[in-house]
Amino acid sequence: MVGSEAAQSASTASQPLLEVCDISKRFGPTIALDQVNLAAHAGRVLALIGENGAGKSTLLKTLSGAHDADSGTMRLDGLEYQPRSPLDARRLGIGIVYQELTLAPDLSIEDNIMLGRSGTGGGLLLRGSQRDQVRQCLQRVGLGHLSPTARTGDQSVATQQLIEVARALASQAKIVLLDEPTSSLPAADVQRLFGIINDLRNDGIGVIYISHFLEEVREVADDYAVLRDGNSVGSGQLTDITDDQIISLMVGRDVDDLFPSVPHDIGQARLEIAGLSAKPMPIDTDLTLHHGEVLGIAGLVGAGRSELLRCLAGLIPAKSKVATLDGNRLPSSVGARRRLGIGMLSEDRKSEGLAQSLSITENLAMGNHRRYSSYGLVDLKSRRKDANGWIKKVEVKAHSAEQTIGELSGGNQQKVAFARLLAQDADIYLLDEPTKGIDVGTKAEIYRMIGELAAQGKSVVFVSSYLPELLAVCDTIGVMNRGQLVETRASADWNEESLLAAAVAVTNR
Amino acid sequence: MTDDVSPANAPESAPSAQGSRALGILKLLTEFQIGPILALIAIIFCFALLDVALGNGGFATLRNLRVVTHQAALIGMPALGMTMIIIAGGIDLSAGTALTLSCTALAVAFRDYTVPVEQSGAVMGIVGALSLCLVIGVLCGLLNGIIISLTEMVPFIVTLGTMTIFLGLGQIWASESTVYPGPGHLPIWLENLCYTGKRGTDYFIPGLPIPGSVLLTIVLAIIVAALMRYTVLGRNIVAVGSNPQTARLCGINVPLTTVLVYAIAGIFVAFGALLYFGNVKNGNPSDGTGLELQIIAAVVLGGGSLSGGRGSVLGTLVGALIIKVIDNGCTMLSIPNTYTHIMIGVIIIVAVLIDGLRNGKPKWLFR
Repeated sequence: MVGSEAAQSASTASQPLLEVCDISKRFGPTIALDQVNLAAHAGRVLALIGENGAGKSTLLKTLSGAHDADSGTMRLDGLEYQPRSPLDARRLGIGIVYQELTLAPDLSIEDNIMLGRSGTGGGLLLRGSQRDQVRQCLQRVGLGHLSPTARTGDQSVATQQLIEVARALASQAKIVLLDEPTSSLPAADVQRLFGIINDLRNDGIGVIYISHFLEEVREVADDYAVLRDGNSVGSGQLTDITDDQIISLMVGRDVDDLFPSVPHDIGQARLEIAGLSAKPMPIDTDLTLHHGEVLGIAGLVGAGRSELLRCLAGLIPAKSKVATLDGNRLPSSVGARRRLGIGMLSEDRKSEGLAQSLSITENLAMGNHRRYSSYGLVDLKSRRKDANGWIKKVEVKAHSAEQTIGELSGGNQQKVAFARLLAQDADIYLLDEPTKGIDVGTKAEIYRMIGELAAQGKSVVFVSSYLPELLAVCDTIGVMNRGQLVETRASADWNEESLLAAAVAVTNR
Repeated sequence: MTDDVSPANAPESAPSAQGSRALGILKLLTEFQIGPILALIAIIFCFALLDVALGNGGFATLRNLRVVTHQAALIGMPALGMTMIIIAGGIDLSAGTALTLSCTALAVAFRDYTVPVEQSGAVMGIVGALSLCLVIGVLCGLLNGIIISLTEMVPFIVTLGTMTIFLGLGQIWASESTVYPGPGHLPIWLENLCYTGKRGTDYFIPGLPIPGSVLLTIVLAIIVAALMRYTVLGRNIVAVGSNPQTARLCGINVPLTTVLVYAIAGIFVAFGALLYFGNVKNGNPSDGTGLELQIIAAVVLGGGSLSGGRGSVLGTLVGALIIKVIDNGCTMLSIPNTYTHIMIGVIIIVAVLIDGLRNGKPKWLFR
């Protein structure tokens, strides 16, 4: 085990650029941060690691001036740092790139970069001098080829993220904080981002990198700091610690099995699809899903993986030459497919997967009311009883079944979304990035549940950008490339390199 | 970004993770629609005091209670449908003119297609007239619902359009004037539907002086409340209003639910028209302009959220009462109408502001 004090002193002798001392923050009865310490150095990348709910976002918001700390001090460049607002923080040299993009899609790239800083000429925009500055910042993040007047919303997610970095640079940031920047990026763009982080480091900028992915942390960061339940539980240089040690710091226990596997057998074909096409994707795709099979779908973001799942769920109208479920024709509407046992877990918990303003009970029952009703009348008691049962079964941390979804942490929300599929008693589980943005412990539970479903003879389609989990959990993996399922093999016949190669290969059509 | 205030660390924490205990209590109160009720009580209390001090003592009387509740029923009835629409995430600006269009239909039917009640065949005519009113109301709602579902246009725009369409249709039908029913064509119950006077025998339940309009509204309100709470359709409406994407993912037929909501709301528009007709005993299609705003205000005062997913039937009725008590109280105190408008406006804004507190708005207050 790594002692935080010892590691801290070993880390570096120089004075930290940003120092957080004993910061605490409470929300009512909840302690979000409990005397947290953090030190980021100029020209180094610090990885801030922790499960969801560990306090990373609160710490980020405290650094950004969105929250006031209840106690503790912060020092930036040796001076007392007490941001009154996010704008204040930016002026003082803290640049933050949030997990969710905060760019105005209808503004030009230039306007986004200068937003909140323009108006230096007595309320008038000084376009000329601005333009040079913007060009320079774009160049530094490798976007020199873009026109500053292009509409921001027309750029890809990866580009927009880099524009956010450019915005931080434009305000002369000394420290750049990146909150899970790769969670929505395809592999190639991740490499580009890492290159830019490297450049920032070489320019003497301090980078704080928040991520769940230990592989990425290893690749990009020099130092680490781990938060658990609002406490600093360890920090130091990454060269001094193993992945297993980091994970046990994060979860507070040893995770001997990150990918718990449940033995299961693959049976007969259940869902057979041929020539599936929709606009603009997928294109002429064939797919066979067997009883008890976990089928992984790999591929780049934008390759049509989500679209394929949504077609299967009936959410996107599609044409197909053959579409049979256990030998019978597949109906087209979402409702009808759902009744036949096709259930879908949305990639986007916030705006699609769950109704954030409704209770856990209500979300679990949504679309499943048939089970609790006769002649259109709902039996509220059995509904509540069932909800409590599921909360216990999948171990949702909530104080009651009537709690609003929006108050739960990401991992717990995902458990509720998953439980709804279980409550539906689906036979085919279409899972779109089911482990996105959730903590290691919950991930392992979801892998186990997927395995158990397969052992019960259910079928799972598992879309993910995280190749290690696909390779560990799936029986077969298919790769999507430009809207087509180009290659499907048993998981044992794939490795990360070959999956990536198939995902980026130039197709014939 | 609520990750870090998850209840994981404090399983038995209060519902509100962001405010003080006082705000938590406030949140609890408004949850059960006690907020609007308290506001109503406060307003009644104020007017009663002012009336004793400055007026002629006519405010806090049983007769005035009947008048106010009856007037509130005129708004409350169509507001029942509006509550469902707003919970489903929609809005219906055409409710006012649809109501007077239905009312005009009723008046025309009682003028042209009925006979005096003592003649034979009168019952058939009356049933026909009432059915016509109901059909017009439901058709108006259906039209709204179908356009909204098929075109995926914003309900605000669609019903803004149908609002003037219904007005125009009514004016054509009424030849741009007021339609009066034939003498003696109205059945006695309809004559007395909105009676608020002294003769106990003229009430629906003889000896129990509650206006028929109020009784009818209460009965239908209970039905709507039960529909929303205990039926699959009701729960689906809440789901669609909270997040249509989630509802769709869960296999709920969102377009169909939307059409049903607007059609059902049309029923209450028709009943509202019946009450309105019973009140004025004529049909004037232009009467309904501006009525929709009062109807929407009642729902919002009662805790309905224009972003959908939230609203309550009891709250809506209380909201209608608040509007009418202010209206009535000001009349009693001889306060000019103009001031009444200002007062109601202020109350709406303050009510929604208070309601916002439980969602942590305005944000600067909860930093």
